[in-house]
Formats: sequence, C-alpha cells, structure tokens
Amino acid sequence: MKQHNFEDMHESTWRRIEDSLQNPAQGDNSKILAEHYLLLCQHLAIAKERLYDAALVERLNNLVLALYRELYRFRSESRLNFYAFLKRDFPLAIYRHRYFVLLSFLVFVLPGLLAGAWTYFDDEAVYSILDAAEVRQVERMYDPEARKLGREREADTDIFMFGFYIKNNISVAFRCFAGGMAVGIGTLLVLFFNGMFIGSIAGHLTRLDYVDTFYPFVVGHGSFELTAIVFSGAAGLRLGYAIVNPGQFSRLDALRLAGRDVIPMLYGIVLMLVIAAFVEAFWSSSTLLSIEIKYLVGGLLWGLVLLYSFSGRRYESR
Amino acid sequence: MLDTGYRVEIPGGINIDAQVVGPIPRFFAFAIDLGIRGVIVFLLSIISIPFGAFGLGGGFFLIFLFAIEWLYPVLFEVLWRGQTPGKKALGISVINDDLTPVSLGTSMVRNLLRTVDFLPLFYLAGLVTMLSNRHFQRLGDLAAGTLVISVRDAARSTPRQDIEPLAPSTSLLRTEQSSIIEFLQRSPQLSEPRQKELADILEGVTHEKGDNGVRRLHRIGAWFLGVR
Repeated sequence: MKQHNFEDMHESTWRRIEDSLQNPAQGDNSKILAEHYLLLCQHLAIAKERLYDAALVERLNNLVLALYRELYRFRSESRLNFYAFLKRDFPLAIYRHRYFVLLSFLVFVLPGLLAGAWTYFDDEAVYSILDAAEVRQVERMYDPEARKLGREREADTDIFMFGFYIKNNISVAFRCFAGGMAVGIGTLLVLFFNGMFIGSIAGHLTRLDYVDTFYPFVVGHGSFELTAIVFSGAAGLRLGYAIVNPGQFSRLDALRLAGRDVIPMLYGIVLMLVIAAFVEAFWSSSTLLSIEIKYLVGGLLWGLVLLYSFSGRRYESR
Repeated sequence: MLDTGYRVEIPGGINIDAQVVGPIPRFFAFAIDLGIRGVIVFLLSIISIPFGAFGLGGGFFLIFLFAIEWLYPVLFEVLWRGQTPGKKALGISVINDDLTPVSLGTSMVRNLLRTVDFLPLFYLAGLVTMLSNRHFQRLGDLAAGTLVISVRDAARSTPRQDIEPLAPSTSLLRTEQSSIIEFLQRSPQLSEPRQKELADILEGVTHEKGDNGVRRLHRIGAWFLGVR
C-alpha cells in the first residue's frame, strides 16, 4: 500500500484521536485510550515497516507516546494509598534500611552526647562550638527569669513560629537527604554538625540549670523531629552507599534503584516533620501546661514514634 | 556521537522515540519559573506585611516560601503532565526513563536533590553532570530515573504536492524508494545546485541530468508516495 492510500484510510481516525487528546473526555476513558493506543501502535509499526516518510512516522510516534503517557498517568502504583502507606510501607522501608538508620543515628547522636558532656562540664566549651551571639540568643530563649509566669504567647506568634519551623527544620532534613548524592559525605556532615549543635546547646543549658524550661519544651516535638532527621540521614546514606558500593549493578542503575527505594521514607519524613512543626508551634510553646503534663505527653509521643518505627519487621517477606 | 534520540520499547511491542533536551532550553524554563516564583513571593510579602511581619502574616509567608521553594516543581510536574509553567512555555516535559509520566515519588526525589545540583554555585554540578551523560540528566534525574524530553506537537498531515507521478523504469529496493521520497519532501530546504548534484547521482534511474533530472526524481518520488 502506498503511503497516500494509508494516510487517506486513517487520517480521520488520527485527527479524532489527536483532538480527543487535546480535549480529553470526562470520567474514566481508559478503555477508549487503550483501544486507541493499540490501534496506533499497529499503525506506527506498519509505517515503520513500509518505510513511510519520516514526517508520518514522527507524527504517529508522537501520537503513540502521548497516548502511552495518558494511559499510564493514573496507574495504581502512583496512587497513594495513605492507610497502607502508614500501616505498612513506611515502617517496612525503615526496617529494610535499618543499618542505614543505625549509622545515621550513631553519627547524629554520638557527637551530640560528646558535645553535651563537654559543654556540661566545661563552662567555656560551648563557645568553641557556637558563636557568642547564638549562645546569648539560646540563653535568652530558655532563661526561666525571662519567662513571666502565665505569659501565654499570642496565637499569631504561634503561626509565625510554625512557619519558621517548617521552613528551617524541613529544609535541614531535605539537605541531609540530598547530601547523600555526594557519596554520603554531605549527609554525614549535616548529621554530625546538627547533632553537635543540639548536644552542645542541651549540655550548656543543663549546666545553667535551665532544665525546667528547655526539656519540657523540646521533649514533645523532638520525638518526631529528631527521628525524622535520623531517617532522612538514612535515606541519604542509602543513596551514597549505592554509589560507593553498587554491587552487581552499574553505579547508575544502583543509584536509580536506591532512589526508588527511599521514596516511602521521603513521604514519611515530610509527614513527621509537618507533625513536629505543629507540635512545636502549638503545644511545646504553651506556658499554661504544667511541666509534668509536657513530660508525660512527650514521653508518650516518643514511645509511640519508636514503637511505630520498629513495627516494619513483620511486613518483610522472607 | 551527539544524538538526542532516546528509544524505549513499550508494551505494544514497539519502539518509540523521544528527543531529550539539553541544558539551554532547561535553563530558560528554569529562568521563567524563577521569575514566576519571584513575582509570587513579592506579592505574598506585600499581602502578608499588614498581618504582622512576625505574626500571622509572617508565619503564612514563611510557609508559602517553603512551599514555593520545595513544592512548586513537584506539584506542577505531578499534576500538569511533567511540566512547570516554564517547561510548558519551552515545550519540554519531565518523564520517567521508561517514558511513563513522573509520579509523586520520582518527582520528589529529583526535586529534593536539586540542592546538590546547585552546588557549588548556580547549578554547576548539575550542568557538569548533564553534559557528561548521554541523556542530559542532572544528578537528581539520575537518582530518580527521569529525563526531560521535548513534547512539541509534530506537524499534522503534511501538505500534498501537486506533481504528476511517474513510474520508474527500474525496480528499486524499499530503502531506495524511501530515499527518493525523502528527497522529494526535503527539496524545499535544499538549494537548487545541491538538488541537481544529488539527482545527478541517480542518472541511471532518471536517465536525465540537471533540472530535468531533479524534476523526474520528484515525479518518481510522487509515484512512490502514491500520488494519483
């Protein structure tokens, strides 16, 4: 069959499909899409086999590509099942990356403990880690004298702090993950320094005996926030490890597999950090609640987060 | 070899081709998006100041700033067929490397890793990576398994030329036939001397030289195309 006969036979069909792609029908048209897709695949195969001209082959090729993209736009895999994600996918992803979680935890917590101990026993130590302005600012924030009894922060200041925590803390976690691309070194640095800063502040404030203002404040949201930072470190290390030790894959393939692998972790991290920002802005900052309640709820949150984080094992297929 | 073609075998048992796009259109798309984001941030800052820079207004401003920094590309890519407004303007689109649409997960990976592509200054790492692999992928694309392809609409049906067809005197192979068809269709883009030069090679088919040879070759091409 000559090209023009072929075109004349199918031109109206192609037009119709091109139009339907530009103005897709409402509702579920996956059946029609699949029909169009199969038909056009066949037409493209014929056009290639018979060496019809490049313009026609390109037109059919682009039509098939457009139909293919449309057909796979809503495949079930990309549809997030929130319940299954919370119950199974996220804990399972944590379990499957447990060694990275452990490494991330150690690199985050050990410098924190060391810096904490150092600043607790040595008055000057905090100034070797933070600069004087930062130390003054932190001291002012948690000075029990400065906190007049019953002075409740205004609601809109809470919203400001909520925005502030979202912007800063989630960005830190994201950078911690991204640092994995630098063969994991970026992640290790972010974990190490953040651990050290947090530890030195805790040690210094404990030394100043600001215990009753500092710990009740951080205990609540710390459960979600610190854990999420450890998880984002684990996700970053997973990427870095894939580059360093790709196993039987090429480095590029290993990296891509790792990228797909950590996606549930990323969803979970974002969720945890948003919760942390809520707790930090609207619960931790409240001065009306007694210290005991804050410790109680904080402890409860820690218990829940840890229990949840370790619940993935039973979903691992053996 | 420099080749922007990207071929994937898709279900349906056929190879389809896509054109990956390089750093320059992607830079322009990014610049447009940056401009749009700048305008949004500027407008938001004006709106939010009366509500208290360190209160309600400031809080929402920071949340939006965060959303625009991290979520703007993800939301557009997932909901708008792989295109941010800048990419739409340039006719390019993000796609998984099996040519399926980007999902929330892959889009998140490629956009969270933007931070490392930016290092050490103005996307230098991303540019170097893009130029050192075959499909112009930046670091985020490599980890997410995504590509940026051109999605300009191909021309619809090509206009038909009004040429009287002529059957060739010898039988020709399929590939030879299609070369003659391509010659006919590309002739508007070729200079006349070049056309003559090419047609002269096929003197054995046309039995003519110069202008007449070109004309005969066009007529033979029209015959192979199926002009009646």
